[in-house]
Amino acid sequence: MRKCLLPVLAVLGFVIAVPSESGAQRKDLVMGAVLEPPHLDPTAGAAAAIDEVVYANVFEGLTRIDRNGAVKPALAESWEVVEDGLVYRFQLQKGVVFHDGTKFDSADVMFTFKRAMASDSVNAQKGLFEPIERVSVDGPHAVEIRLKRPSGGFTFDSGWGDAVIVAPESAQENKSNPVGTGPFRFQRWVQGDRVEIERFEDYWGEKAFLERATIKFIPDPAAAAAAVLAGDIDAFANFPAPETMVQFEADPRFSVTIGSTEGETILAINNAKEPFSDLRVRQAIAHALDRLEVIEGAMFGYGTPIGSHFAPHHPAYVDLTGRYPHDLEKARALLADAGLGSGFQATLKLPPPSYARRGGEIIAAQLAEIGIELELIPIEWAQWLEQVFRGKDYDMTIVSHTEPMDIGIYARDDYYFSYDSAKFDAVMQSLTGAVDDKERYRLLGEAQRIIADDAVNGFLFQLAKHGVWNAKVQGLWESSPVQANDLTEVRWMP
Amino acid sequence: MAIVLAKRLAALLVTLLVASLAVFIVMEVLPGDPAAVMLGVNAREDTLAALRSQLGLDQPAWVRYGRWVTGLLTGDLGRSYTYDVPVATLIADRLSISLPLALGGMALSAVIAVPLGVIAAARRNRAADLGVSIFAQLGLAVPNFWFAILLVLLFSVMLGWLPAGGFAGWEAGPVAAVRSLLMPVLALALPQAAILTRVTRSSVLEVLGEDYLRTARAKGLSRRAALWRHALANALIPVVTIMGMQFSFLLAGTVIIENVFYLPGLGRLLFQAIAQRDLIVVRDVVVLLAGAVVLVNFLVDMLYVFLDPRLRRESANV
Repeated sequence: MRKCLLPVLAVLGFVIAVPSESGAQRKDLVMGAVLEPPHLDPTAGAAAAIDEVVYANVFEGLTRIDRNGAVKPALAESWEVVEDGLVYRFQLQKGVVFHDGTKFDSADVMFTFKRAMASDSVNAQKGLFEPIERVSVDGPHAVEIRLKRPSGGFTFDSGWGDAVIVAPESAQENKSNPVGTGPFRFQRWVQGDRVEIERFEDYWGEKAFLERATIKFIPDPAAAAAAVLAGDIDAFANFPAPETMVQFEADPRFSVTIGSTEGETILAINNAKEPFSDLRVRQAIAHALDRLEVIEGAMFGYGTPIGSHFAPHHPAYVDLTGRYPHDLEKARALLADAGLGSGFQATLKLPPPSYARRGGEIIAAQLAEIGIELELIPIEWAQWLEQVFRGKDYDMTIVSHTEPMDIGIYARDDYYFSYDSAKFDAVMQSLTGAVDDKERYRLLGEAQRIIADDAVNGFLFQLAKHGVWNAKVQGLWESSPVQANDLTEVRWMP
Repeated sequence: MAIVLAKRLAALLVTLLVASLAVFIVMEVLPGDPAAVMLGVNAREDTLAALRSQLGLDQPAWVRYGRWVTGLLTGDLGRSYTYDVPVATLIADRLSISLPLALGGMALSAVIAVPLGVIAAARRNRAADLGVSIFAQLGLAVPNFWFAILLVLLFSVMLGWLPAGGFAGWEAGPVAAVRSLLMPVLALALPQAAILTRVTRSSVLEVLGEDYLRTARAKGLSRRAALWRHALANALIPVVTIMGMQFSFLLAGTVIIENVFYLPGLGRLLFQAIAQRDLIVVRDVVVLLAGAVVLVNFLVDMLYVFLDPRLRRESANV
């Protein structure tokens, strides 16, 4: 009897809501995150999970990226750009201390940049520092950075988690005991379970509302949903179970938001390999793809279609989803034109995320319509990095490129798409020198068009960000222009 | 006895050596570069090389193997590539969850299974037997992660009695720790109990047909006394064997349950370490598990001797 009752009770559990506690305004927050960071030093690893704990909370850079993706002053209170964009002069905030009590000044900035640029540097985004020719200090509160060539995105790049300012006294220990200048101080890390941070009372800027915050790591989507329903977790800013969003939307205890990320999800194609080196074949694939069906089937309807490698929320975005509309007749004709009228076989390597595994099945069915038979090969990330990304041993793969403003990867020599276009490279070349926004946007639009025309990859959708949190919590980011859980403005409403 | 122990110790060392070599070779052959996993897609060649030399990965394989094994012999398990903390602390932290989980799961399953099995055997083909066998079938058929989710929905989401998951840590007090482990232990114990019930039942049934039981009854022992004192004691050897195997499984085979309850146990550590190519952690955990299996088998063998006096005489003669 007990056994038959359980499912019934379980269903009832969704209907009978446990009343949430009321009373005094809360000053703490328990936040959920899917992935645990390997360590807590954002200047020594690529894992987004690191930034999702420490960015803007524990560590700050010269500049920072805000919730809308705009560049804002942080440890640099202001800056001027002189000598035609070659020299950046940063004025630093005064009265700033690190969490261990040491003072912050220009020597720390100098140390940080030298450390990231050194030959033994293990900074995952060392490329951000590549344009720098020299860093020099002008007193304790001014820093001058001279570039090898103008770089329009330099203040944005300085706001990345990989460019946060660290102190020589503590940098070595930041992996397990991060010491920054941010509004929260690291308290402890129970490995495998949670990280706890607390408000830093000597913070130089406006102090945080929260006194304490806990970030708990829950990898399993069903467990994440249960933890939010049970009230163990107050907020899940990057909720892993989109299939349950409808249920949370119907529940007044929760706020549900659908935001955007920097993740362009693409069906990457090995452009150097036969028959994909033939433009007509790639165009045929583009015509055969039905983005809406992929979004519906793999992402439960969440995600914005894209027609090129560019985020729809960016002001320079051009909608190119109509460039190769879903048209099977055209697709078949293009294949026949390329001498492959009877179709061909290829492989599709799928890394672990659900967008890839679920999306792969749908795309295989879509391409089968025009005679392209795909063998689906699930692989883990380490294999993907080695075989696909570094070894270029693949036909097609599905992956989300989550770095902000990364259209430049199409100009890289030897990148895993094996795409080569002199026209595109020239546009990117002009872009690095362009400082004026209008000119930059025009060039970015042109870049989007070139790769869309060339059907370099199957451009699928912009990954959505699903947020579920207690309806009384305010101030969390809805979108993620950089991967972060910025808690500086989070508060409980009475 | 000393000879038996020495033999066992030698077997343990050989097993560990073979296990260490096997896991080392497998992880070498497996594609995936730990430095590339840590630094991601934008890492430059020089950065990757710097990290590889920092981790000692630029050394030839036999040097790394030698260094690792000598480290093991001196009790130094090395440092995790990704977490950058000593592997020994990492494993100790995880064991503080996995060990109570495995022991609790095993104890609970024994507490459920042994009485049920004995009752089913004693009342063979009657209603109680049927009930027990339905329970055993269900326990085997219901996937334990699904059972775990049902438990969470009932006790956490609906009733709000227990946390939905996570581990408060032993420093938060035994009550909080036990509360976080209660549902996982239950979810782990159910399928194990189902297996154990069936083993107990068939083992007791076999013993019930033996002559000495008839003799015991003839001497005037009640049915109940004969069953619990004579039949069960003699039927326990297969039960203990299965329990030993279950313990080895429960120590690291619980990754699914750990995921449902987001418990940072040994299984999840191993799972993550493989995905992130944290080679040294994988190797240490595998060797530890191999050692644990050998140790548990040894304890089970000792228990046989304790349970069955006939074996005591045999081992004395050897």
